[in-house]
Amino acid sequence: MASIRCFLRSGKSAVSVVLRREFSKTSPAAVQVNVRDALNQAMDEELERDERVFLLGEEVAQYDGAYKVSRGLWKKYGDKRIIDTPITEMGFAGIAVGAAFAGLRPICEFMTWNFSMQAIDQVINSAAKTYYMSAGAQPVPIVFRGPNGSSAGVAAQHSQCFAAWYGHCPGLKVISPWSAEDARGLLKAAIRDNNPVVFLENELMYGVPFDLSEEVMHKDFVLPIGKAKVERQGTHITLVSHSRCVGFCLDAAAVLAKEGVECEVSVVL
Amino acid sequence: MVVSTRFFTDFTPQASFDIKKCELHRLEAGPSETAVLTREQGLQYYRTMQTMRRMELKADQLYKQKIIRGFCHLYDGQEACAMGIEAGINPTDHLITAYRAHGYTFTRGVSVREIMAELTGRRGGVAKGKGGSMHMYAKHFYGGNGIVGAQVPLGAGVALACQYQGNNQVCVALYGDGAANQGQIFESFNMAALWKLPCIFICENNKFGMGTSVERSSASTEYFKRGDYIPGIKVDGMDVLCVREAIKFAADYCRAGKGPIVMELETYRYHGHSMSDPGVSYRSREEIQEVRSKSDPITMLKERMLSNNMASVEEIKEIDVEIRKVIEDAAQFAISDPEPPLDELCNHIFANDLPMEVRGTNPWVKLKSVS
Repeated sequence: MASIRCFLRSGKSAVSVVLRREFSKTSPAAVQVNVRDALNQAMDEELERDERVFLLGEEVAQYDGAYKVSRGLWKKYGDKRIIDTPITEMGFAGIAVGAAFAGLRPICEFMTWNFSMQAIDQVINSAAKTYYMSAGAQPVPIVFRGPNGSSAGVAAQHSQCFAAWYGHCPGLKVISPWSAEDARGLLKAAIRDNNPVVFLENELMYGVPFDLSEEVMHKDFVLPIGKAKVERQGTHITLVSHSRCVGFCLDAAAVLAKEGVECEVSVVL
Repeated sequence: MVVSTRFFTDFTPQASFDIKKCELHRLEAGPSETAVLTREQGLQYYRTMQTMRRMELKADQLYKQKIIRGFCHLYDGQEACAMGIEAGINPTDHLITAYRAHGYTFTRGVSVREIMAELTGRRGGVAKGKGGSMHMYAKHFYGGNGIVGAQVPLGAGVALACQYQGNNQVCVALYGDGAANQGQIFESFNMAALWKLPCIFICENNKFGMGTSVERSSASTEYFKRGDYIPGIKVDGMDVLCVREAIKFAADYCRAGKGPIVMELETYRYHGHSMSDPGVSYRSREEIQEVRSKSDPITMLKERMLSNNMASVEEIKEIDVEIRKVIEDAAQFAISDPEPPLDELCNHIFANDLPMEVRGTNPWVKLKSVS
């Protein structure tokens, strides 16, 4: 059983709540799942659970997803729930937000977060700010998701990380997971959340496999949004990261461990 | 005090009026060229439009007294658009517009009191003082949107939800002549036509986008044709009956699953773009006066009713007196109601969340936030 101890770490830079999750002593049946499949299964389960949930974006339906994250979903759910859009980000992001206004729960995919800049007005001004400006009358239960940040040799226009930009906007929940477990639990939480969520994935992580326990594979496994996690225990120094760079931190920790330095790797999700 | 001795049976219960034929784009047949108006409807339309007019004039007054601050875009002159649209759709249909929204906020069911208190930024306002002039919401009314053109894809999205839920409802998405050139509007047209969304796109053409006349902003000023592959109707927006018949036609079209439709309402605003704009640097006072004397929507309706013996002068005067009182009471409330308390500042950032702390202007200042 996992026990949870929360404590506030106050410092000059930020106030963060660190969740200590202890890993299970006995290992239940573990499955190897890569991040892509974790995201795919998370969306599949949420589409099944709530008929108001639907997915729209470029190539998400008949192409099975530009990065195959939505593979099989169109075949299973059809045109009504999995919608291919024209290449008009501002238009379809606005349509997604409008659908959220009227009671649906859209998942709006940007092929990469770089293209979200075409639609950034809809994400910020129409989605993030509306609950506040309406004093609680109009919630916006929408998830924007897609690959963010570095890729392999795609040049500057396709490699920007938007975590800092979106992270600064009140009214938006911004999530940037690393492992398959976190991707799964947080995407499910994001879809169930009644607020606009910016879900930043990473293309290079899609194919990386992780061991997932039976508990994690349960269809109601959700993780709390906004809680950081300790990925590796340590005593000498803390490395804080998110998304793909967590892997580099763990690699660095392994190197330093040989020299007797124990690094704690903390993941800001 | 003149007491009317006429009985209700003296009045004509209803009359049929010839209305201006609408120019059509990609449509074989258009809205009806006659409109039937009952006495009840006429009085209701008059009351609603006059209330809108008086409310906007009161807002003008309060703004000049610096009791209303910030943005204030007034709707006087355009009342027939809001009234005609509301008369032609159901309360269960949906509507979204841009920032010149006070009229629609009223027709969609918010009281004058709550509107005025929102303009003055008080806690009794429809958005508890946190939205202001441009961000008022009601059931099936999605504001009030500050970013020019952004409301059009939102409206198409609401229409998508209507189609998805199969509820036979339509969404009316309004924009101005200034917004009509926005790329996102054409993106919305494309998706609405592709997916046959039940969306009525309406361009309220009041001839000026802020200080820029339509001739200076648009290569094509035939806004009802700008939907290209989407059928369009050009409507006299100063005639409430014309607007009503056109909207009825459009709503039937959408409900039949034929897809979206574009409407252009030719109208006029008496005030400048906003309260910061006197409105006479880009048009002449004579032009404004001419529209007021020849095409005022409220005067037109009143004259129709009087000349057809559907109402009496005294009756209309009584309605005016009642409205004046409503506006005065609302203004009094809007002036005397307290502002929202400071600890409300960070509330409503997120929905359905536990209370949390948010960072203030520096990391050591924490403010409370409740959903």
